Amino acid sequence: MKSSISIEMVMLLAGLLFVLGIAGVIIRKNIIFMLLSVEVMLNASGLAFVAAGSRWAQPDGQVMFIFILAMAAAEVSIGLALILQIYHQHKSLDIDKLKEMKG
Amino acid sequence: MNNLLWLVPTLPLVSFLILALAGKHVSRVWVAIIGAGSVSLSAIITLIIGISFLSLPPATGNYSQTLWTWMQVGGFNPKITLFLDALSLIFVFVITFIGALIHIYSVGFMADDKDYSRFFACMNLFVFSMLLLVLADNLLLLYLGWEGVGLCSYLLIGFWYENPANGYAARKAFIITRVGDTAMAIGLFVIFYQFGTLVIPDVLAKAPILWHQGAYMATITALLLLAGGVGKSAQLPLQTWLPDAMAGPSPVSALIHAATMVTAGVYLIARMHVIFQLSPIAQMIVAVIGTATLFIAGLSALTQYDIKRVLAYSTISQIGYMFLALGVGAWTAAIFHFVIHAFFKALLFLAAGAVIEALHHEHNMFKMGGLKNKLPVIFWTFLVGSASLAALPLISAGFYSKDQILWYAWASQSGNPLLWFIALLGAFITALYTTRMMILVFWGEAKTAIGHHPGKLMTVPLIILAFFSLFAGFIELPHNFGHFTLFSNLLHQVLPETVLKAGINTELQFQVLASLSTFGGIYLAYIFYYKQPQRIEKLKQSGFAMNLYFFWFSGWGFDKLYNVLIVKPIVFIANINKNDVVDKLYQGITFVTIRLYQSLSFTQSGSLRWYVMGLVIGAIIILSIQIML
Repeated sequence: MKSSISIEMVMLLAGLLFVLGIAGVIIRKNIIFMLLSVEVMLNASGLAFVAAGSRWAQPDGQVMFIFILAMAAAEVSIGLALILQIYHQHKSLDIDKLKEMKG
Repeated sequence: MNNLLWLVPTLPLVSFLILALAGKHVSRVWVAIIGAGSVSLSAIITLIIGISFLSLPPATGNYSQTLWTWMQVGGFNPKITLFLDALSLIFVFVITFIGALIHIYSVGFMADDKDYSRFFACMNLFVFSMLLLVLADNLLLLYLGWEGVGLCSYLLIGFWYENPANGYAARKAFIITRVGDTAMAIGLFVIFYQFGTLVIPDVLAKAPILWHQGAYMATITALLLLAGGVGKSAQLPLQTWLPDAMAGPSPVSALIHAATMVTAGVYLIARMHVIFQLSPIAQMIVAVIGTATLFIAGLSALTQYDIKRVLAYSTISQIGYMFLALGVGAWTAAIFHFVIHAFFKALLFLAAGAVIEALHHEHNMFKMGGLKNKLPVIFWTFLVGSASLAALPLISAGFYSKDQILWYAWASQSGNPLLWFIALLGAFITALYTTRMMILVFWGEAKTAIGHHPGKLMTVPLIILAFFSLFAGFIELPHNFGHFTLFSNLLHQVLPETVLKAGINTELQFQVLASLSTFGGIYLAYIFYYKQPQRIEKLKQSGFAMNLYFFWFSGWGFDKLYNVLIVKPIVFIANINKNDVVDKLYQGITFVTIRLYQSLSFTQSGSLRWYVMGLVIGAIIILSIQIML
């Protein structure tokens, strides 16, 4: 079955998702939501890889997506562990209250 | 017997090492035995070597002993070689013999000093350096001794370092002689550049081949060496350190500033005489410097009231005579005067030291007086020394040596009447200030009570020195009576004979004139200071005389001149440049770095969203640049 969705559209969607993710990281105050936004960005880049792989009929795009999935799993586990620690130490998940490391 | 030569400098060195390293744990008796004994032993060995050298002279006229190779750098391999010929034998004899007497005297003189071992350590090191200087066969080893002598003079002048004035005098001596030393070091570079060697006999042999008579390179080299000699020998214009160097103990003054160190310049010029002979201009400058110095220093000596400063200026003046003799080509006369001067000047300094100690460290001659009957031994020995200094005709050794110089100043080929006349005037002044000193110290009323009488250790060396001050002159008698030339015959193995002008054979007239000037000086001092002292008072009324007095007293204002010309500008620049100009560059770098850091540190806000923002903006910029290009 031939796909009728052009590569440009998929790329646009991936870019949109990525920008949404970045906007989430910047705007959100809660660390958990920032982590979620990072996941959105990861998935946006994954989508771009898959689309590119299918466009040029290469397996590399899908290989990269599996890498990204594995990395995302590791990142989430470490990220959540860090968030837990932060909550234990500061009793807060507000990023604006965690400004100890300033020059 | 010549194989013993290495022992001569080694003994004082070993003694120095023992006293410097373990001096605090050695009892005073043993310090004296080691310190004075080592130099005395050197003197005895020198006598043995001297006797064998004279009775069985080596075929080449010299004897050298290579101890080891100092270093090997390419074609340059200076060796530690001791070189003995007639000239260095005479110097070694004077250094060890007079040095030994001074050391023995010091045992008594310094008996109550708390730094007994330090004193003897420095004195021994000094004797060692001086021996190295005169025994060196290459100029590099000579320079080592030369610098060692400078170092020891610094250590000994500032021996009583608790008084800051003494430290100042020591630094002054060190720095001023360093000016000359630098010129001399450059001279050595020039010699090495020209000849490819620093071995003295080689240099002297090659010089006439490489340079023709009057070659400008010969003049430059000679002048550079002369500058070194001028610094060490306290001649014009570097003479200002010597009067201040009297801050050291009296035996130091006797050893360093009369008998040995200040004659290093005379030795250097005599040793390198071939180079000076190749340059008549340089030789003329030597003579002029000597003459000017002897005149200036003589007049300064006339006005001093500190007994040791009188002697210091008289030393400068007498070395001026030696330079005059070297300048007119009377090589042997200069060395002869050096030997005689070493005897009587060491005697005068030691006797003055005894007087000063007997009078509770009183240096002012106007507070002395009437010591003739109270210190008879000192009086008689001092009288002998003074007679020799004033060149009392016939009976004193000083007459024979100084008369020879005066005669050659006129009669030698490069002599001239003006030099002779000023030298004769200098002889008159010498007699005048010597008699003035004698009268002030030993005649008249006693003004200060005597503390204690000098012991045997101090008087015996004085008597021995007095003996030589009287009789050493007889080893060289003038042509017109005696014509006995033992000394110059020996030296002519090394130094050329003096060439006389044609058609001069009236030495007697010159001797009579020299004697008259001596007697004139003595008589004038007798009138002014003994018979009719009111004349001095009358002189003091006149403003001109007082101005002249202060001018001479301050050593012709050389100290002031150097103060204005050199010291003040350097201090001024140093004050301006207190915060080193070069440092400004590095201070600028730190300043800029600190500013940059301060201006950027606000970005380290600790706010995560700002960092992400920064990342995003950066990514956008890079992407847009890539797209646009």
